[in-house]
Amino acid sequence: MATDSNAASAAEKVFPPFDPSTIPSQVLWLAITFGVLYFLMSKIALPRISSILEVRSDRIAQDLDEANRLKTESDEAIAAYEQELADAKSRAHGIAQEARDAAKAELDAKRESVEADLTNKVSEAEKRINGIKTKAMGEVGAIAEDMTAELVTLLTGGKATKAEIASAVNSAKN
Amino acid sequence: MINIVGQYRLGEQTIDEADLANDPISQFEISKLLPLEIAGYDISFTNSALFMVATVGLSAGFLMLTTSGRGLIPTRMQSISEMLYEFVAGMLRDSAGSEGMKFFPLVFSLFIFILVANMFGMFPYFFTVTSHVIVTVMLAMLVISTVIIYGIWRNGLGFFKLFVPSGIPLAVMPLIIPIEILSFISRPISLSIRLFANMLAGHITLKVFAGFIVMLSGAGIGGVLASILPLALTVALTGLEFLVAFLQAYVFAMLTCMYLNDAIHPSH
Repeated sequence: MATDSNAASAAEKVFPPFDPSTIPSQVLWLAITFGVLYFLMSKIALPRISSILEVRSDRIAQDLDEANRLKTESDEAIAAYEQELADAKSRAHGIAQEARDAAKAELDAKRESVEADLTNKVSEAEKRINGIKTKAMGEVGAIAEDMTAELVTLLTGGKATKAEIASAVNSAKN
Repeated sequence: MINIVGQYRLGEQTIDEADLANDPISQFEISKLLPLEIAGYDISFTNSALFMVATVGLSAGFLMLTTSGRGLIPTRMQSISEMLYEFVAGMLRDSAGSEGMKFFPLVFSLFIFILVANMFGMFPYFFTVTSHVIVTVMLAMLVISTVIIYGIWRNGLGFFKLFVPSGIPLAVMPLIIPIEILSFISRPISLSIRLFANMLAGHITLKVFAGFIVMLSGAGIGGVLASILPLALTVALTGLEFLVAFLQAYVFAMLTCMYLNDAIHPSH
C-alpha cells in the first residue's frame, strides 16, 4: 500500500529542487526572511559590533597614550632625581670644604692668640727680670758701701765717713 | 495535489521514515506546514520556509544576544560574533576597498544566511534551504542586480567599460567584448549553481552511503562486517560536508565581494 502510493507519487513528481510549483512560496519566504535578516544586521547587529570594536580600539589607543604619558613622566622624574642627587653631592662637597676651611681658620686664630699671649707673657717676664736686675744692681752699691765701712773698721779700727766710702766705692765700681 | 501529498506525509510518520531511509531525493521534498494561497499563487509556509525562519532566527538572535552586553572585554560568545564581523569585513575590505564597506550588511547577511542554512542542513531530518536552486538563484540575482544597479548609478555608462578591457588592440575587440559579456552573464549562473549543486550533491552522497550501511546490515553477519566501509566513508563525508558547508558560504561571499569591486571600479 505504502510502496504503491510512493511509486505513484514518485512517478508523477518532478525532482523536488526543480519543482516549479514550490517557487512562489520559496521566493516569498526567502524575501521575507532575508529581508528581516538584512534589516536586523544593518540596523542593529552590525552597528553594535562595529561600535564595540571602535570603543575597544579607542580604549586601547587611549591606554597606550596614557602609558606613554606616564613613562615620559617617570623618565622626567628619574632625570630630576638624578639632577637633584648630583646637586646634593656637589653641595655636600662644598659644605665639607667650608667646614674644613672654617675649622682651619678658627684653629689659626686660636693659635695666633695663644702665641700673642705667650709673647706678652714672655715680654712681661723679661721686663720684670730687668726691673729686678736693675733693682739688684742699685742695691749692690749700698751693700758695697756697708761692706767697705765694716772692712775699714776691721782693718784700721777707725771710722771712715760715708762720703769718703761712697766716692771710693764709686771709683772702684768704675 | 502536492498539498494533499504533504499532509499525507505529515500524517503518517512511518511511511515518511521508510521513504527517507531508502530514497536519497526525498530529503529535498517540500512539505506544507501551513497552506496559503494568494491570487492563485501557492505561498504556503513550508518546511523550507520554516528553516529559513530558523536560519534568520538563529543568526540574528545569536549576533544580537551575544553583543547585547557590549563588553569591552568580550565574552566567548561575543568573541564569536566579533570574529564573524571581522572575518567578513576583512574579506570585503581586501577585495573591494573601503568604498565597498557600504555593502557590508549585504555581504554579511549573505554569508551568515548561507553558512547557517548549510549548517542546519547537516542535522539529520533537517531541511537544507540552499539545496533548492530557486533559493540560490534568488540570492545570486540579488548580488548581480546590486552590482548592475550600483555600477550604473555610480559610473553611468562607464560601467560598461567592464566589458572592454584596457590595453587590448582594437582588432580583437569584437572577439573580446562578447566573451566579457558572456562571462558577466555566467556569473549569477555559476554563483547559484555552485552553491546549490554542492549542497545537493553532498547530501545525496551522504544519504547514499548511509543507505548502504542499512542495506548491508540487513544481509546477515557478513553484511554487517562489510557495512564498516560505508560507515567509515559516511563519517569522513560528514566531516567533508561540514567543510563544504562553510566553504560554499565563504566562496559565495568572496565572489560577491569581487563582483561588487567590479561595480565600484569597472575598468580593469
